[in-house]
Amino acid sequence: MDLTYTPEEEEFRARLRDWLAKALPTLPPKPSPDDWPGRRAYDLGWQRMLHDAGYGEVHWDASPTTRLIFLEETEKAGAPYVGACFVGLLHAGPTIAAEGTAEQRERWLPPILRGDEVWCQGFSEPDAGSDLAALRTRARRDGDHYVVTGSKIWTSHAEVADWCELLVRTDPDAPKHRGISWLAMPMDAPGITVRPLKTLAGSAEFAEMFLDEVRVPVANRVGDENDGWRVTMVTLSFERGTAFVGEVVACRRALRELAVEARRNGRWDDPALRRRLGRLNAEFRALWRLTQWNVSEAEQTGGVPGVGGSVFKLRYSHARQELYDAAADVLGPQSLDLDRPWVLDRLSSLSYTIAAGTSQIQRNIVAERILGLPKGR
Amino acid sequence: MRFQLTEDQVALRAGVREMLTRRFGPQALRAAVEESGRLDRALWRELGAAGFFALRLPEARGGVGLGLPEAVLAFEEAGRALLPGPLVATHLAAGAVPGAATGETVVTAVGNGLVEWLAQADVVRGDGGAAGAVPLRSVDPLTPLHRVPTGMGVPSVAVLLTAAEQLGSATRACELAVQHARAREQFGRPIGAFQAVQHLCAEMLVRTETARAAVYAAAVTADPADIDTARLLADEAAVRGARDCLQVHGGMGFTWEFEVHLHLKRAWVRTHRVGPATESEENLAAELLADPA
Repeated sequence: MDLTYTPEEEEFRARLRDWLAKALPTLPPKPSPDDWPGRRAYDLGWQRMLHDAGYGEVHWDASPTTRLIFLEETEKAGAPYVGACFVGLLHAGPTIAAEGTAEQRERWLPPILRGDEVWCQGFSEPDAGSDLAALRTRARRDGDHYVVTGSKIWTSHAEVADWCELLVRTDPDAPKHRGISWLAMPMDAPGITVRPLKTLAGSAEFAEMFLDEVRVPVANRVGDENDGWRVTMVTLSFERGTAFVGEVVACRRALRELAVEARRNGRWDDPALRRRLGRLNAEFRALWRLTQWNVSEAEQTGGVPGVGGSVFKLRYSHARQELYDAAADVLGPQSLDLDRPWVLDRLSSLSYTIAAGTSQIQRNIVAERILGLPKGR
Repeated sequence: MRFQLTEDQVALRAGVREMLTRRFGPQALRAAVEESGRLDRALWRELGAAGFFALRLPEARGGVGLGLPEAVLAFEEAGRALLPGPLVATHLAAGAVPGAATGETVVTAVGNGLVEWLAQADVVRGDGGAAGAVPLRSVDPLTPLHRVPTGMGVPSVAVLLTAAEQLGSATRACELAVQHARAREQFGRPIGAFQAVQHLCAEMLVRTETARAAVYAAAVTADPADIDTARLLADEAAVRGARDCLQVHGGMGFTWEFEVHLHLKRAWVRTHRVGPATESEENLAAELLADPA
């Protein structure tokens, strides 16, 4: 067991820190959350800067430990988050890299890495959430095209995306996992209607998408027809790897700021509040160690994230909600003021036990796949 | 960074588990409960001969010359097996108290207002020893306890090794619950097929594996904040793990015969061995205001 980094890893960290110190002051001002075109340009611009400096592919070709260092340092330096590039860099891109043909990789990967194109995700449907494989969006073959009809939901960045990684049903008669295909749908195709959905935090973070006879070339299918479920699982296991590194670093910083605020406003004198923050410190310190443990495990198994991902997500999503509940305790009545720090974060954190697999589904995964309990109902 | 067990560490853990399964299996555990309060001195010497107490003592001084991570793995196994006796105090006395390293001498220590195994120990460490000690009727049949008027600070290594025992106990409780949930049938199917039971087991694993990362990291860094973290997470994993394991076993869980109550009671004893949890919480709260390293 060793928690020290190799000289090469330390060198990577030092070089990255130097670059961040120079690069971050050159960033344009952050766009407002409602300015979607502005957000798109800002996020793509950041990816372009990373690409030009040689960090564009860090999510893909770097070792898990290098990726951990990258995410840790960028977060500590206050660098932008992947934002609109999230699906391209962390979902669709890795899927195409793993399952696409040489031609498909050549077409789609360079624009993702250069910060030219935005991807969104068309997986969930109004009647297919936790039970994703029950999806009903239908793709009918017509010559060298699929004709797609149906609706998708919770699609982030749909308004400004160039491409959508879309799961469709290509064989309605097959068992539900065996009739699904993975398509890259151009977002400017006729027949796509995007309707933004307002979250409980008041922002339009995701959208509903209605597809009416949208024509998608058969050449845009990644993987075999009806093999889309397996293709998708490659993406999902990728997401549960190092996906939360930056967020744990951010939570630890927020917790320190919270302690400083508590001392300033006098709440620190309450031992119950102090101990609550102390316990949260233990929680996030442990989550950081668990991240290092999972990353080392992925390093050992050749980059494949282990089952630790579900364990981590369950604990982390709960801890993050606890953190902002504690923040409300520190703020007192001020916690009802949306202009105070942490108040919007508290609202956003309510999605953590739901998005990317609810805590209940994660517990099913842990029980069945890790503990080997019989399949439940 | 290679934060995983090395091959040697995997082998060490397997070796300790094999020895404890052979020397302190279910039969021995039951016998120890029957003869509550008696310490098996032969087993103690065997532990000494195997290097359990001298694990971290330098080879030049007759020890095994290993580090905290290895000690943590050994104590995790002890916790898993419910091995009785003042293991932590004797381990800490190796090299300082003659005979402790070899298991010839049983050493206990004055802790947080309590002394474990006082009547059986050859040596009591701590200021004032056990003056004024009064026996109490211990909730744990495998840990005789005396109350002492003054408490003593507990060394941080003792806190960490206790956390390691808690981790082993939590791991075992989760395994027992899963075994039972797979085998026990009600309503025509294993109870482990019901999500209500599955989710109890899943949460046990989540608590155990998070605590494991914290305990192992503290063993590597020996950092005070890491040790406080390990302690809080391991206490939670052990106490709540035993409670949930008991629940999964239903009526069987409430019997004297089934071992889960021993895990719960020992976990309670360990939470008090190393001082109040609020102290660890206060330490970690203060750390938030310290300059980040």
